[in-house]
This record gives sequence, structure tokens and C-alpha cells, in this order.
Amino acid sequence: MADIIVDTKGMACPMPIVKAKKALDSLQSGQTMEVLSTDKGSLNDFSAWVKQTKNELISHEEENGVYKFLVRKS
Amino acid sequence: MITQTAALQRMTPHELTHILFDKQPLFILDVRNESDYLDWKIEGHNIHTLNIPYFDLIDGVEAALDQIPEGQKVLVVCAKEGSSIFVAEQLVEAGRTDVYYLQGGMKAWSEHLEPVKVGDLRAGGELYQFVRIGKGCLSYMVVSNGEAAVIDTLRMTEAYTEFAKQLQVKITHTIDTHLHADHISGGKRLAEQVGATYWLPEKDAAEVTFAYEKLEEGRDIQVGNAKIAIQPIYSPGHTIGSTSFIIDEAYFLTGDILFVASIGRPDLAGLAEDWVGDLRNTLYNRYRELSDHLLVLPAHFGQYTELGERGVVSARLGDLFANNPGLQMEDEEVFRKTVTENLPPQPNAYQEIRQTNMGKRKPSEDEQREMEIGPNRCAVHDK
Repeated sequence: MADIIVDTKGMACPMPIVKAKKALDSLQSGQTMEVLSTDKGSLNDFSAWVKQTKNELISHEEENGVYKFLVRKS
Repeated sequence: MITQTAALQRMTPHELTHILFDKQPLFILDVRNESDYLDWKIEGHNIHTLNIPYFDLIDGVEAALDQIPEGQKVLVVCAKEGSSIFVAEQLVEAGRTDVYYLQGGMKAWSEHLEPVKVGDLRAGGELYQFVRIGKGCLSYMVVSNGEAAVIDTLRMTEAYTEFAKQLQVKITHTIDTHLHADHISGGKRLAEQVGATYWLPEKDAAEVTFAYEKLEEGRDIQVGNAKIAIQPIYSPGHTIGSTSFIIDEAYFLTGDILFVASIGRPDLAGLAEDWVGDLRNTLYNRYRELSDHLLVLPAHFGQYTELGERGVVSARLGDLFANNPGLQMEDEEVFRKTVTENLPPQPNAYQEIRQTNMGKRKPSEDEQREMEIGPNRCAVHDK
């Protein structure tokens, strides 16, 4: 179970990452965040953002059009 | 009086197109991720571009401000438009003026068609080129005496129906020079919408699932005034069925066989080795028999430098024989290597696009848009 869940379903760019960033800022190093999104367009952005901020993308999956990312704060 | 407004302004794809056509200066801040940016971006003669992804600007735009020149028009661009508005608003808040966002983002840019007039027809009528500037696709409308034919129709069929309405003409024929691999054809759909006849070369249509009229050399297509003939010339090489057209003995529509700055690649239907000989014969023999004065009008361009006056992409056939790098290879082996080895990457989803153009696949609008992402890459010299 993630330490925080960020539900951005129905939101369009840039909101999924804006929300995720705010949530991630509130976490301690080593804690995890789950992000739910329906915005297919921001998938690449999400991976690029996690990589660039040197956090860890533990997993990402898709179920019925909902994308689920699990990120560990570095 | 010209005033600089402090509020965020919207720029339409049409307005951006004219900035590029007129070679006006513009600074673009592209806020997409780096890989999308590197794959495909807006380019022009006096365009300067800076790429900073929007997710690096969530806490503020200070990092970008230093790199954006003051006193110049700034356009913020993203995939759709949401993130560009998010960033552009911050630029305005930081005191910048003359800040715009691109309406609809790169998605709308990819789909925008700009009609430009190529010239007149001798017996009355005009020829228009539709420039899909974001993707480098070119299609054409021959207009005469209340009728029109559309050649290499793109999937945004409203652009043609709207334009035909403006000109008060009826579209009677839609024609594809070949089975396209880089974009989804709107030829069949437009024909159905307006009750026109759809034409396709038979040799490219072996697997096509719908009815079409066979495009054949010697079988002219008339538009409006009986004196306007679209004369098909069989010119295989990019595909085995590829057909060029001479219109009104003046305009030479070369499809994806001959471009202004390059020649077509023979590999997109999987038979590069087989078609090298056809491509060479078309370019070095068949086309040489034609008049040097013909105005070549291709189905693609690769770079913004090919945009000519008023945005028209064209060149005299004689000039291309003198300058086009694809027409300077007298040695057959050099030619073979050039068109089969070290080719640019294939266009995005080209197999699926071919199947869609055969009627074998029926992707949704969104899927079609997705399949067409990125540059066209139909020429051997594309990067």
C-alpha cells in the first residue's frame, strides 16, 4: 500500500503531474506514492518527470483505461 | 496603433502558419518532454526554439525567463494546450508581454491544412495546394467550372469540403497517387461524403476492401470544363502502383516519387530491393522524357526550407534534374545503395496506416491521430 494516493482521473495535462508533485513534496525519502490517471497523453511526461527528478518508478500498469504509477521518493 | 498586451493571447494554427510562410521572427518555448520534442517540432526560417518540459516549471518559470529574449513575440507550445497555458500564464505574471499559446497544441498543428493557390488553368480554373505544414503532407484541389478534384486527400476532410463550399464548387473526384504509408488517406471517405468517385492505382489496391475506380495511364479524368485533363503517368517505385499526374500540361503532381529536395523511398511496402529498378526507371527515364517546364508538385516536403513563396512547395522539373540530390546518381549501384541502405526510420505505425488505407482496419479518430504522430519520412534524404 502506498503512503499516499493521488487520484487525477479525468484531469488533463498539466494537472496530473502538478498534483503528483505536490504530493511527492510532502513525502519523506523512501516513502511511496500511487498516481491514478486517465490522461494517456501524459504517460511519457510522467516517466520523464520521475526520471528527471531522480525518483524511482517502481511500477506502472493500465487497467480499464486507468493508468497506475507507483513512485518511491529518493 | 500597435499595442503590446499584457494578457495571455491565443495563436491559431492558421496564424502560426502565416508567421512561418512570411518568415517572421518568433521565439517558441516548447514545454513537451524532451523525446517528443526531439522527434518532431515546429521549424521555420526565423524561429528560435527552447525546450523546457512543463514539469520542470511547476514551481516557477525563473529558469526559463533568463533564456527567453525580451521584446520578442513568444509562443508557448505543448501537446494539446493545457500545459502551454499553464506555463504561458506564469510568463505573463512574471511581467512578460507579447506571450501566446498555440491553440490545440501540436495535435492541432499536426492536423492543420492551409490552402494556397499554385496557379491558374488555361481554360479557366485554378490549382490549389493544401499544405499540412505540421507534418509535411501536401494535397491538391483542381477547380474548374463549378467542379473540383482532390488529389492525395488527407483525413481532415472538412478542410476540403469547407474550401469547396467557399469556392462554390462540387467535388466530383478524389484521387490517390498511391497507397499511402505515412498518413491516413481521406480519399475514400471524402468521396462518400460528397458523392464523388474515388480513384486508386489497381496495383496498389490488391488488398483493398472497398470499391474504387482504377487509376490507369491513358485514362484521363475530366474536371468541370472538358479541357481540363488530369493525365495519369504510371511511375512505380515508392509503391508498385504509384502514378503521377500532368494537369493542364503545366503542373506535374509526382506523389511520393519525386520531391523538391529528395526522392521517394522504395521500402515502405516491404519490397525495396524489387522496386529499386522501377524507381530508377521512373526518375531517370520516364520523367526525363517530360518537359523541363513542368512545375513539380509533390505529396510531401521534408523541411521548412522547401516552402517557397506564399508557402507553395514546388519546383521546375528541369531545375530538379540539375539540383535534386536524388537525380544526380548516374551510377546505378550508388543509386541502389542510397535508396535501400541507411534509410531514415520508417514513419510511425506505417504498417497499420497502410492497412487502414486498404480498409482492413477501422481505427477510431483518436487512434488515427495517434498513428500519424511525427514526421512523414517518405523521402530517402529525410532524417
